[in-house]
Amino acid sequence: MSNEPTPIIEFKNVGLSYDDNSVLKNIDFELEAGKFYTLLGPSGSGKTTILNLISGQLTVTYGDILFEGQVINHVPVEKRHMNTVFQDYGLFPNMNVFENVAFGPSIKGKSKKEIKAKVTEMLELVKLGEYADREITELSGGQRQRVAIARALANDPEVLLLDEPLSALDYKLRKEMQYELREIQQRLGITFVFVTHDQEEALAMSDWIFVMNDGVIQQNGSPEDIYDEPINHFVADFIGESNILDGIMTADYLVHFTGKDFENVDAGMRPNERVEVVLRPEDLDLTTVENGKLVVTIDDQSFRGDYYEITAIDDDGNEWQVQATNKSKVGERVGLTFDPEDIHIMRFNESENDFDARLESYEDDDDNAKK
Amino acid sequence: MPKSKQQRQLFYIIPYGIWLVLFVIAPLILLLFQSLTTQNGHFTLQNYATYFASGTYLLMTFNSVWYAFLITIITLVISYPMAYLLNRLKQKHFWLLLVILPTWINLLLKTYAFIGLLSKTGTVNNFIGLMGIAPQQLLFSNWSFLLVAAYIEIPFMILPIFNSLAEINPRLAQASRDLGANQWQTLRRVILPLSMPGIKAGIQAVFIPSLSLFMITRLIGGNRVITLGTAIEEHFLVTQNWRLGSTIGVILIVAMVITMVLTRERARKSSRNRG
Repeated sequence: MSNEPTPIIEFKNVGLSYDDNSVLKNIDFELEAGKFYTLLGPSGSGKTTILNLISGQLTVTYGDILFEGQVINHVPVEKRHMNTVFQDYGLFPNMNVFENVAFGPSIKGKSKKEIKAKVTEMLELVKLGEYADREITELSGGQRQRVAIARALANDPEVLLLDEPLSALDYKLRKEMQYELREIQQRLGITFVFVTHDQEEALAMSDWIFVMNDGVIQQNGSPEDIYDEPINHFVADFIGESNILDGIMTADYLVHFTGKDFENVDAGMRPNERVEVVLRPEDLDLTTVENGKLVVTIDDQSFRGDYYEITAIDDDGNEWQVQATNKSKVGERVGLTFDPEDIHIMRFNESENDFDARLESYEDDDDNAKK
Repeated sequence: MPKSKQQRQLFYIIPYGIWLVLFVIAPLILLLFQSLTTQNGHFTLQNYATYFASGTYLLMTFNSVWYAFLITIITLVISYPMAYLLNRLKQKHFWLLLVILPTWINLLLKTYAFIGLLSKTGTVNNFIGLMGIAPQQLLFSNWSFLLVAAYIEIPFMILPIFNSLAEINPRLAQASRDLGANQWQTLRRVILPLSMPGIKAGIQAVFIPSLSLFMITRLIGGNRVITLGTAIEEHFLVTQNWRLGSTIGVILIVAMVITMVLTRERARKSSRNRG
């Protein structure tokens, strides 16, 4: 880590409180230039607060925020080299599309020619080249969204902050914009910090995800890390669908739950340590009772287009979510099967650092097991 | 069904229609009729000829417009920052109420209160007397007239500006700062244009009544400033020349209509000035 170039943004033990209400606690992270970061969490988790601290709309209660190695705690909003795409766009209704996008460059005192070139370039980038003379009220939600992106990018920011920008769009448009945003980020090569409560969006777009809850970063990592190796109950539950059960780590690579021992690929815990076991619904397969590692009764099923979402109950009364390609019959007894590497173990109150260290200690074995 | 609905609508219109005919249209016709006829009821333009040939009346007209303009500028300069500030306060509606409160008091009472404040033996002179300054002639000056007129008109300017500022999404100021504009640039390029409807409404609410002020010109200004309002009052009550009074009245109405037209909401090619 120490040989890497200066992070573009760095939080050093940052906290924020209103009166006695602590909104953010001991936030520490570094952002590398040119990557797509996502702050993911439910509402009230502090993700937008972090964004507002970066943009300068809020000031830290304690700790330091650094931009390219310089503390910027008290640098006013308008002097920071970053721009924001707001959730409600915040487009100026007294200006047309061109004037909105031209706002930043004209404040900076650019010449008319430069401004025109910049605005044209940005509108092309967001595929609104023909819309320069339109009034804001004449645009659809998706087009306003694009104007907001063009306006923020027209200032040549080094960091683009996006505050749930897609949440007001319908599903199809959202998918399209996810793809386009990712493409714009890669084309321009600037750092994006994207705030969302939509885990699917986060997984699809990001290089790196910070999962937030209760003003604390619960876990950060690549989308794959976060999905495959959630650190605690909250992350496992928030990212994707999960079956979470109480278990006991009988020994390395052996876990006990629902009254049976199962082979798995986790290690490095105390013998007989109480743990939580995570099994993703898409990793579970239905089979005959004889071939099943567990026997369950189908309780409910709903058709989801590309799969059936099945709720089943085992003999201990635990509920299981299963994604199956074939239709089942409600009330039928079936077997449930999964591979050792599908089992993910979470320790109680394990910190991110301890978690990473433990993973590293047996990572090689784990990799071999997967191959 | 549609017929009964139409009938019902007609029924609702009746009180408004009666009001309109009795108190707006009829007086206007009377005013116009009087200004265009002789004592014997013959058509004439003589009243208008008298008006436009007289240097005195033209000076009064100029005075009316000039002082109404000054009063409007003074109230606007005071009201805009005040409305802006009020909007940023936590209890903004409470503070706004305090600003509006004086409008609940009768105009004449407020005017007399100012006589008490500004007269030679009044509060202001007593106060500066404590500092050893001899009593000043404050009443019956152009300045005292402007002061009192502005004082009375300020709430009517603040209210529409306050409302238009309150309607502006705070996000827009945030976005402007985010794009690199400082507070002054944000005010000039975002807040001010978006509060224009309020400013225009305020100008209408202040400029038009100020054209025909006459009580304050008499009681506070001591008739040093003679406006068209004063002239109309003189013609109707003192010289009893109703025809010339009506003529000036018509001219005043025309001036008001011009003001309304100049400050109206211009509908751009779309509903652009909302928000």
